[in-house]
Amino acid sequence: MASASATLQPPVGEEPVNYLNVAYGIKSWLLTTDHKRIAWLYLLTTSFFFVVGGVSASLMRLNLISPQGALVEPDTYNKLFTIHGTVMIFFFLAPAVPTVLGNFLIPLMIGARDVAFPRLNLLSWYIFVAAGTLLLYSVAAGGVDTGWTFYTPLSTSYLNSHVVSAALAVFISGFSSILTGLNFIVTIHKMRAPGLTWFRLPLFIWSMYAASIIFVLAMPVIAITMVLLVLERLFHVGIFDPALGGDPILFEHLFWFFGHPEVYILILPSMGVISELVAAFSRRRVFGYAFVAFSSFSIAIISFIVWGHHMFVSGESLYSGVFFSAMSMVVAVPSAVKVFNWTATLYKGSVSYSAPMLYAIGFIGLFTIGGLTGVFLATLALDQTLHDTYFVIAHFHYVMVGGAIMGYMGGLHYWWPKMTGRMYSDYWARLAALIIFVGFNLTFGPQFILGFEGMPRRYATYPPNFQILNVMSSAGASILAIGYALPLVYLIYSLKYGPAAGPNPWKAKGLEWETPSPPPTHNFERTPVVTEEAYAYGSEHRAVTVSAS
Amino acid sequence: MSEAHATLVAEQFDDVVQQHQAASLGMWVFLATEILFFGGLLASYTIYRFMYLPAFEVGSRHLEVVWGATNTAVLICSSLTMALAVRAAQLGKKKHLISLLVVTLIFGLMFLFIKFAFEWRNEYLDHLAPGINFDFAGPHARHVELFMVFYFVLTGLHALHMIIGVGVLTGLIIMAARNAFSKDRFNAVEIAGLYWHFVDIVWIFLFPLLYLIGGRYS
Ligand code: HEM
Ligand SMILES: [Cu+2]
Repeated sequence: MASASATLQPPVGEEPVNYLNVAYGIKSWLLTTDHKRIAWLYLLTTSFFFVVGGVSASLMRLNLISPQGALVEPDTYNKLFTIHGTVMIFFFLAPAVPTVLGNFLIPLMIGARDVAFPRLNLLSWYIFVAAGTLLLYSVAAGGVDTGWTFYTPLSTSYLNSHVVSAALAVFISGFSSILTGLNFIVTIHKMRAPGLTWFRLPLFIWSMYAASIIFVLAMPVIAITMVLLVLERLFHVGIFDPALGGDPILFEHLFWFFGHPEVYILILPSMGVISELVAAFSRRRVFGYAFVAFSSFSIAIISFIVWGHHMFVSGESLYSGVFFSAMSMVVAVPSAVKVFNWTATLYKGSVSYSAPMLYAIGFIGLFTIGGLTGVFLATLALDQTLHDTYFVIAHFHYVMVGGAIMGYMGGLHYWWPKMTGRMYSDYWARLAALIIFVGFNLTFGPQFILGFEGMPRRYATYPPNFQILNVMSSAGASILAIGYALPLVYLIYSLKYGPAAGPNPWKAKGLEWETPSPPPTHNFERTPVVTEEAYAYGSEHRAVTVSAS
Repeated sequence: MSEAHATLVAEQFDDVVQQHQAASLGMWVFLATEILFFGGLLASYTIYRFMYLPAFEVGSRHLEVVWGATNTAVLICSSLTMALAVRAAQLGKKKHLISLLVVTLIFGLMFLFIKFAFEWRNEYLDHLAPGINFDFAGPHARHVELFMVFYFVLTGLHALHMIIGVGVLTGLIIMAARNAFSKDRFNAVEIAGLYWHFVDIVWIFLFPLLYLIGGRYS
């Protein structure tokens, strides 16, 4: 047993008091204000929504095995992709990394006892649950078939499905995200431990800060847009419907002003995770720390002026098109900076391939493919043919599933021993990472070709000549499903049977590893004082001295 | 950390100063959210105003400009009394604080009363409520309706913020009466003040945008 933790151990046989065993019972969880417990609440709820989104995806892929549609009516298919998109974006991926890993880690990484507003933190979760319940209601009551984009006037004047409740669910979930973002911004500004200057912060904190800015500035816009949509639908006043005197293009502008920054909410936190993993498993400081830090920031800013690339073919002027095309190329630069810096960090590092690192490497490769195909789509002329085809589907799944979820999985595996105090089976974890990687590429790789050959998205049927690639894709999806199911088994198994992890199983740097696993309720026995930069691998002394008061 | 302060500081904070700064920053970030919230609406309004200017001028002339101007004055006064209330809180003058908060509250209620009883009610009686009883003869009827939609959504959202503000003021008055504030504990009054001023400023934008377009007095 390491000497650092020995002082904190009570007599043999008794577990030390930590945030998990300090209180038991459902009430101690539902009324908790401990950021670490709230992270668990979010882990459970977002995982539930991942299953909902995953089941609808599986049904779609099953349907697409045959050109005539093997399983469902086109109407049902429309509902499936709407549920899938809405749930995956608003109820799984946008909240998952910030509210699970962010909630758990931000106070630990900056040496704080909790976030700045713990009760607000809990309130965010309740708002999230309320929104999710309302969404489930719209599904149970018969579903929605607008697509996750809610385009008008389709959504306001033509469809008979449960648009109002689904739109309100999105509206409400926005407030949960806003409060989380607000909480994180204030926490990162005001709660850092003594000595922890901005440029000593772990890069995960920088990326969470950038994502929080987007939460705070983008979510209110979708919220008010949903209000207008609901008003138009309920009162038949023409805000967006041209037949009633409104303008549907305005809806698209408002939606994508939020929508594009939103996709960076999905990816930025995972990018932060990757920086942590790459440093820890190549035992080097991240190459070009300041560049990586500022790239998060510039992504957050530039992401607000690229939204028009979703509207190249829906009646925006040529000049707007050229501007948004150019800006979309510009926003790719900071992402590329990150990829280059991660690879430069690996170069001459002593790299080890534990499970979290496999996910990180998967991220880097798949995100690069997703990002580069994004540049294709940002090209005005090419987007004329690729718009609304499977090329787009493949592109954003490479970014969101191959990138963001890979990062999330990597992060979960990396910090699992910290969250639970237990180690899972490395063998099974690496196997799962491999299966996910293979399944993922088989699912979404063929879709690039399908899209390039002209298969449109959002259809339940397709011409027979596309069948082989579609069957490949569906086969890949079933492999992917196995890959995602495995962690559920071995992670839960580890809770009971896993060996104790100890405070720092990866021998990693960072304040979160300086406290026992699982951490005590107030995170640190004493407030840490930071005396060196992040990722000081190779230096002999510890990152932290313990202050006397 | 002194004993007296220990009870005032939530456990996640080191001291009162940190707690105070966190609360203020939190409010500023919240206001940034609010700006984007109103911003989406105002941007949409502006686009339609340029697209359908003649109709929007017609719509604007149907508003109660005198009551609107009165309300502008009421809100500016309430901002002054709110600012004085914050000052009184910082100086620990309980009586001043309470009376200034009460005056601010009265101004707020006055605004809401004028808004609903003299403005919205009249517009409803004039058959100008879109989706409910809108009935307008004349050219551009559809786009006059669009103007009224934005008028009701913008002023409605603003009124909602006023109602929340009135609730907050009521809470502050009760707290002040129970000696919850002192020279080194006035955080809540201060951030409520920020909120109140923000809501006032929104109105300062809404008034000319909605009531004064198109050279009404030329
Ligand atoms: C995990 C395995 C996944 C599979 C097998 C899968 C599969 C699919 C399929 C078949 C479609 C419908 C394509 C169409 O007909 O237009 C789709 C659409 C979509 N997916 Fe996924 N998906 C997965 C994960 C995700 C995740 C994690 C996200 C999250 C952020 C996501 C976001 C979307 C969105 C936004 C759409 C568009 C929905 C719409 O058209 O309204 N997917 N996906
Ligand atoms: Cu975009």
